[in-house]
Amino acid sequence: MLNYDITSLNEKLKNNEINSEELIKQSIKKCHEVQEKTNSFVTIVDEFESISNPKSILNAIPFGAKDNFSTKGILSTGSSNTLKDYIPFFDATVIKKLKESGAVLVGKTVLDELGMGGTGTTGHTGRVLNPWNTKKSTSGSSAGSASSVASGCYPFALGSDTGDSIRKPAAFCGIVGYKPTYGMVSRYGLFPFACSLDTVGVLTRNVKDAAIVINAIKGQDKNDMTTWDSSNIDLTSKLENDVKGKKLFYIKEVLEVINPSEETKEHLNNFYKTIELCKTLGIDVEEVSIDKTLLNALPVIYQVISCAEATSNMANLTGISFGPRGNSNDITEMIKDHRTKGFSPLIKRRFVIGSYVLQSQNQEKYYLNAKRVRRLLVNKMNELFKSYDGLILPVSSGPATDIEDCANVLGKSVNLLEEHMQIANYGGYPSITIPNGFISNLPVGVNITGKVKDDENILNIAYILESNMNYKNQIAKEVE
Amino acid sequence: MAYKAVIGLEFHCEMKSHTKVFSKAKNDYSKVSNSNVQPLDMAFPGTLPVLNKECVRKSIMMASILNCDIPQYMEFDRKNYFYPDLPKGYQITQFFNPVGRNGKITIEVNGEEKEVLIHDIHLEEDTASLDHYYNTSCIDYNRAGVPLLELVTEPCLNSADEAVAFLEHIRSIYQYTDISEADSKKGQIRCDVNVSIMDEDSDELGTRVEVKNVNSFNSVRDTINYEIKRQSELKSSGKYDEVVQETRRFDDETGTTIRMRSKEDAIDYKYFTEPNIPKYRITKEYVESIKNSIPELARERKEKYIKDYNLSNYDAGVLVRDKKISDYFEECVKLGTDPKSASNWITTRLLGEINKSEDITIDNIYIRPEMIHELVSLIENKKISTDQAKKVFALMLEEKQMPSEIAKKYSMEVLDDSLIDSIVDEVISENAKAIEDYHNGRTNMLDYLVGEVMKETKGKANPAEAKNKMIEKI
Repeated sequence: MLNYDITSLNEKLKNNEINSEELIKQSIKKCHEVQEKTNSFVTIVDEFESISNPKSILNAIPFGAKDNFSTKGILSTGSSNTLKDYIPFFDATVIKKLKESGAVLVGKTVLDELGMGGTGTTGHTGRVLNPWNTKKSTSGSSAGSASSVASGCYPFALGSDTGDSIRKPAAFCGIVGYKPTYGMVSRYGLFPFACSLDTVGVLTRNVKDAAIVINAIKGQDKNDMTTWDSSNIDLTSKLENDVKGKKLFYIKEVLEVINPSEETKEHLNNFYKTIELCKTLGIDVEEVSIDKTLLNALPVIYQVISCAEATSNMANLTGISFGPRGNSNDITEMIKDHRTKGFSPLIKRRFVIGSYVLQSQNQEKYYLNAKRVRRLLVNKMNELFKSYDGLILPVSSGPATDIEDCANVLGKSVNLLEEHMQIANYGGYPSITIPNGFISNLPVGVNITGKVKDDENILNIAYILESNMNYKNQIAKEVE
Repeated sequence: MAYKAVIGLEFHCEMKSHTKVFSKAKNDYSKVSNSNVQPLDMAFPGTLPVLNKECVRKSIMMASILNCDIPQYMEFDRKNYFYPDLPKGYQITQFFNPVGRNGKITIEVNGEEKEVLIHDIHLEEDTASLDHYYNTSCIDYNRAGVPLLELVTEPCLNSADEAVAFLEHIRSIYQYTDISEADSKKGQIRCDVNVSIMDEDSDELGTRVEVKNVNSFNSVRDTINYEIKRQSELKSSGKYDEVVQETRRFDDETGTTIRMRSKEDAIDYKYFTEPNIPKYRITKEYVESIKNSIPELARERKEKYIKDYNLSNYDAGVLVRDKKISDYFEECVKLGTDPKSASNWITTRLLGEINKSEDITIDNIYIRPEMIHELVSLIENKKISTDQAKKVFALMLEEKQMPSEIAKKYSMEVLDDSLIDSIVDEVISENAKAIEDYHNGRTNMLDYLVGEVMKETKGKANPAEAKNKMIEKI
């Protein structure tokens, strides 16, 4: 029964074909099974709590949440040793909204430590394995959320996306990952990585479920000044609209890979098949060229801005008012000890970069220039979005990589296929990944990014594409 | 040899508001530690700042009063450093785009006017407070996130007198506008003082020394005088190179300043724009509406007291020094009390009582404006004499009763005219000899006769009135 989509589950619950308690218990049982195989969870909530809200489509629907969401009374670690025993006394706005709509939190999922990684291998409870093939990585940082949804633990899990942290693991796990427009969903209670980029989103097995969940959690929040009123937007209302006449573009330079691997070639071919499908459906797809210099700056902008914000955002992790207290009688040494022991080397490196680019003698050259280039890029995209409904590109260079190959270091060479999804974070654009095929028996995905507040449009295109492909509602084989 | 001192001030003042500047916790001076705390104030993961609009309004008001340029957008920045009193690891402040810049204000120093240039004024949050014990430190988060206005002057002041006059002037504005109570006893004001000295005839600025966390105006005065003396002595004895650009602190006990850190150890705060507070547009109309709501300030009230109420410059000055006293006075006037009489009672008797004890304040003293009004009315209506009124005043405080009740209780009320007439007649008939002497030139006999009247009336007669009647009748 866990394999149904939200709409079917809701109908079956209403018709008493499914018992709500039984559904939750099954979900929890499945979480334990999946945990054995993939290590997706930091916490499985055996003693679940629920509020009944029969009016809501999410009533009695089990779900998971990335462990960087603050959950009242439930361990929330950010997959970091600095917060390994932290039990918050307040719910993130999105958790509160889901609870109030009757949804039941059953699992807190593993992420790359504090969201700062893209492999799913740096959480303090160990690496997350891909449910399609446990020798493969899920990518990250919403690793556990992706693998648990793909494994059929529940219809959806919350994630957060700073560079591609929802959309990439969704592709590697053969599911849907949706990052709404920045500010549509409250970040209150989301442990920050880089606030100007961080977005709350969802991982599901179909586009409609993604629209349903974001519909339930979106809205202006008095606790988050960056949220805006979206009460006039119903994300599910335009899903089935005709897409004929819509216009998409892809960026030529992103697809020009030097010395592509066989898998990458296959992945690109598969992408072109999706483009053909678009055209068959009446969507106009055009190739657009963007200055390579500007595109090559993508990962640099990301490193500079995200590390700068992160080093400040995580300065609250001192072990003084919460978190394990460092050893020393000297206050500075106490903080140092907490942070030295608590953070993994990858994160420390990011902090060093962040501090470096913010130093008064470097700020102009690195941090402010990164912000300027970010603006140039966003201006370019905004200009393109005047003529197009969205940008369509393949996710990553192929399917999931071997978990042993996850180097956990910040890469040196630029592969735009791995970087382009950051564009959506720079501009706050809505962006969705849907599965569009298999390579080497592993799922791959395609991404569509649209203009700010035009979520309905990209959801519509994604929904129609999904309906014309065979990858909707798929469950990972390894755990079936 | 005397040198010219150049002084700049950074004046931090906690603002008055219902809630803290970025959190929902109450902004309330509380003796119970950690009682006004919300998750943001302790920087629990995932908490976000939400800007308090009332604080924005008040900061714009202050920037307007200081004749500052006000930016089009309200923006905030992070000042990053690690310290246990700073739970987020950064302070939200305004570094790049403060609410006020390039201002100026005219103050009065020892009877002369002086224009003080304002570098900027910005809105920020206070830190938690720390209490250090033998081997432990305690953190009180009540203060974490309390709104602060930091006002930075240009180095344009030249003496401790000027500095203190400026601070008093600003404090008065804060109090009159209700932006802050600016109460040093509650730790609401703190100053950083920059002092350098230079040759009288030189244009070249000397080495600047910063003294941090000076917490009262008296300490500001002591700090400046100490630093001028210290630097001048070093300069006079050819050791000016020992004056280095550094941060010092003022030590209350010794009245001296002590080195904290040198310029080389200065912290790089890695300022950057706060991403969680979107740029906030300040329209011209909004600024105008704030300007129009600026209440009457001390200077204006003082002018009014002198012009309209004919008070002396001195008395008017005493009345407006503390807004609460001035409000008290205005309340008396509003009730219909003669301003001059009200001023006399307040500046002499009332303030005399308040100055006697720390426990008595204008807020809690038993005598309220309506009582001053009643007391003055009793005198004006010749119910009691001025001398009696002074007794009534003292007895009101002792016995906590209204002036009329006191007057009645102690039978002070002046007798009515006809009764006095008959007593005067009686005294005249019984003192023929004295009257004769009076007519023969012994004028002091009049005082004797009036004294007899007073005796007969047990002091209830108005002596001046009795005297007039006596003259009339003999």
